[in-house]
Amino acid sequence: MTDKTQIVTTGRALANALTPVTPRNIAHRGGEPNPSAAAIGEHFLGYVVRSEVIWGETTVYVTRASVFEVMQWLHDDPTQQYDFLSDITAVESRDFEQPIEVVWHLRSLPFRRFLRVKVQLEKNAPLEVSSVWSIWKSADWMERECYDMFGIRFKGHPDLRRILMWEQYKEGFPLRKDFPLRGRFSRAEQLRQALAQNPEAKYSMEELSIADAFEDLPSEMRQRLRKGERTGE
Amino acid sequence: MGLTPRPETRTVSYEPQNQEGWVATRLDFLVNWGRANSLWPMPFGTACCAIEFMATAASRFDLARFGMERMSFSPRQADVLICAGRVPFKLAPIIRRIWQQMPQPKWSISMGACASTGGMFDNYAVVQGIDTIIPVDVYVPGCPPRPEGLIYGIRMLQEKVMSERRVDNRLREEMYPDPTSQLYIPPSVIDELGEPFGNSVHQTRSAP
Repeated sequence: MTDKTQIVTTGRALANALTPVTPRNIAHRGGEPNPSAAAIGEHFLGYVVRSEVIWGETTVYVTRASVFEVMQWLHDDPTQQYDFLSDITAVESRDFEQPIEVVWHLRSLPFRRFLRVKVQLEKNAPLEVSSVWSIWKSADWMERECYDMFGIRFKGHPDLRRILMWEQYKEGFPLRKDFPLRGRFSRAEQLRQALAQNPEAKYSMEELSIADAFEDLPSEMRQRLRKGERTGE
Repeated sequence: MGLTPRPETRTVSYEPQNQEGWVATRLDFLVNWGRANSLWPMPFGTACCAIEFMATAASRFDLARFGMERMSFSPRQADVLICAGRVPFKLAPIIRRIWQQMPQPKWSISMGACASTGGMFDNYAVVQGIDTIIPVDVYVPGCPPRPEGLIYGIRMLQEKVMSERRVDNRLREEMYPDPTSQLYIPPSVIDELGEPFGNSVHQTRSAP
């Protein structure tokens, strides 16, 4: 841990990190896998479904129940140190039988490594997976966006609600394959619902940074906020 | 632009012999002249049209020549709302509120294909033309319009301002559709009549 703190403050890679090179002539499949892929398989028996290397980038498929444990280990272990979460997203195939995949893009700045972790969620079960918010705080908005667009629920997320569409959006999850391009409602109904929303109602108390000034607020507003109401509603 | 002759929008003649109220028309002319040459725009830039709008305001095209150099970032001091760019549904109540906050007299310019019709964004997230939310005086076509196109639209708006009359208040009345009127068409019927719309006829509207 002390080693890692030092790296973060100095911003330097470790001495045994990969040398940055311009990638050339990379094969589509095969190639040198990220050593973290094998390390996960050795450390956690039975957690890795499979791993593959595509365009020089390693993808590890893990089981759904093991996501949080694997991520915590990848973040904390001194031999891994994945301290930067690039992206969280999801993939749905056009084939309705295929499961939905949730994708995490991890980067280890000290080791200069990139790792892609995937989980396959079957469609006949609830689309739920553990949140990694307690490991990387940057997961907050990414998981909200993933929930907004795909309807995947992240267990343990502190404030899981829509981020791009408004909160009262009723038409579903726009990036799912069964969602029509123009939405489910007519244009007139969409416009009516959009105009009925309150532009100021989408902020929580934390977003408005009024938590510190809470005691200075009028009493009725304090009561409303205590009940969990949004401002402006 | 330029394929059809520009319509003659100046309907009021300022020649004294054509007017019964000479003083009133001279006052009209003075007021309109003042208004048309000091339009303060409220820039509502959401996309690439806003870049062209900035270019219009910058030194090469110099919007200040038409009395518009003062960008009003508060709607309460603005005269003309220039909507430059696509408007998503989440922004729809905001642009309507900005329009309602602007004091009369006020005008609006819809700049570019997306603001006017939704453009190529015929999808679940984008308003299909801001004239479904606020009244629009001038539509500027283009994707995005060149600064000359926007200036042409502004000149058209100035001609419209010049043609207004103080005694005729209808232009300044805020109208809302009256559901009891026989002319009122409910949104569901409009929607039915409007089908199919957009470019893609293969897209079904109801799921799945």
